[in-house]
Amino acid sequence: MVKKRKSLITIAIILVIGLFLYSSIKGSYNGMVTKSEAVDTQWANVENVFQRRADLIPNLVNTVKGYADFEKETLTQVIEARSKATGININADNMTPEALSQFQNAQGQLGSALSKLMVVVERYPELKANQNFMDLQAQLEGSENRIATERRRFNELAKEYNTFIRLFPKNIWANIFGFDKKPYFEAQEGADQAPKVEF
Amino acid sequence: MKKIIPGLVILLTLFATLSVRAQNELPDPMSPPRLVNDFTSFLSQNETLNLEEKLRRFNQQTSTQIYIAIVEDLAGYAPGDYATRLGQKWKVGQSGKDNGILILVKTKTSSSKGEVFISVGYGLEGVVPDAVANRIVDNEVIPAFKQGLNHQGLSQATDILMSITAGEFTADEYVEKTQGSARSRSPIVLFFLIAVFFSFFGGRSRMGRHSSVGRSLPFWMLLGMMGSGGRSHGGSFGNFSSGSGGFGGFGGGGGGSFGGGGAGGSW
Repeated sequence: MVKKRKSLITIAIILVIGLFLYSSIKGSYNGMVTKSEAVDTQWANVENVFQRRADLIPNLVNTVKGYADFEKETLTQVIEARSKATGININADNMTPEALSQFQNAQGQLGSALSKLMVVVERYPELKANQNFMDLQAQLEGSENRIATERRRFNELAKEYNTFIRLFPKNIWANIFGFDKKPYFEAQEGADQAPKVEF
Repeated sequence: MKKIIPGLVILLTLFATLSVRAQNELPDPMSPPRLVNDFTSFLSQNETLNLEEKLRRFNQQTSTQIYIAIVEDLAGYAPGDYATRLGQKWKVGQSGKDNGILILVKTKTSSSKGEVFISVGYGLEGVVPDAVANRIVDNEVIPAFKQGLNHQGLSQATDILMSITAGEFTADEYVEKTQGSARSRSPIVLFFLIAVFFSFFGGRSRMGRHSSVGRSLPFWMLLGMMGSGGRSHGGSFGNFSSGSGGFGGFGGGGGGSFGGGGAGGSW
């Protein structure tokens, strides 16, 4: 009788522990999936806004080209940087810090080629007064603003996810189920400095 | 476990201080909730009420929220960044539709330029593209602000934004109208002159019975009506300007989201 009761208690304890473990794992796992999905979705938004900027460039180049004496070198740099930047695509599922920094590097070069172009444009008052160019400039500025916004949101979501998977006891389940840390966008070196143009 | 708890506490305090700092940088919307949030004295009281009534009515009819925020400094942000963050923080527009617009004005001071930025919510980026927002700023807002016509600039900008977002005319039609901007100004200037003439003339004959404040309101309303009527091809804004003065209730931002769309300029 006593033995039977003991084994009953043991079973009950095992059941309670099992239930506790199950709900802990279930909650953590589902939370990690949801947060990971949010980061991936946001990555799609990030790629979208970068693509949006790249899509503006052919039109911009054509408009600027029309000004016969416009220096070709600046334009060539923009076109080259664009083809490099659009060549790099990252799959959200296996995003590594290296891949992201490569992506960021290429996009950063495109960004600085574009801002250099905008500085050169200052020397062409006619071009600056061209309505088509003004529209493109507004769109380009809008793209930069969108990029900054979506990048910031990506970092916020990645930070939320990273914090989530590293807190105890979720870090144990994260390890077991293979949830890895997501990389961040780093502040670009020299991104806060205006590009230098030799006259 | 013992090591983790202090770590957690530190992390939490860090988050708390971070979020408090972030909140201090951007102002909260004015209370009670309103669409025209003038933290300076950029607009007179009458002008604010006039804009508020117009925008509130539009919000009730279409659920599109057009906010105006007038601030003295941008806390170190670029105008576009500030406007996007503010629109996001104030949840301008309806949740799910993201049909909010925030017009940010940073007043001109002795040491810094004035800045205007029309920030467009996700849901309206298609109907109000950046290029159109830019033209509204360049053609309607900045020229008026340069002359000190603060209310006129905002009133014209909101009239156009309302017409475009309500589908009365498309952004393309507006772009066509502003093609060759010098010529397109003339009807507006003409209306303006007529409005000035009438307000002066009408004011004289009734002088003594109305205070100067009482006169200025119909004047601006007239101007607003004429300005929009001239450009909207028969689309009438009569319903917005006429009618009783009582505002409907306004509950504040509806949960809209911003992605950085829009354009701005400085004067």
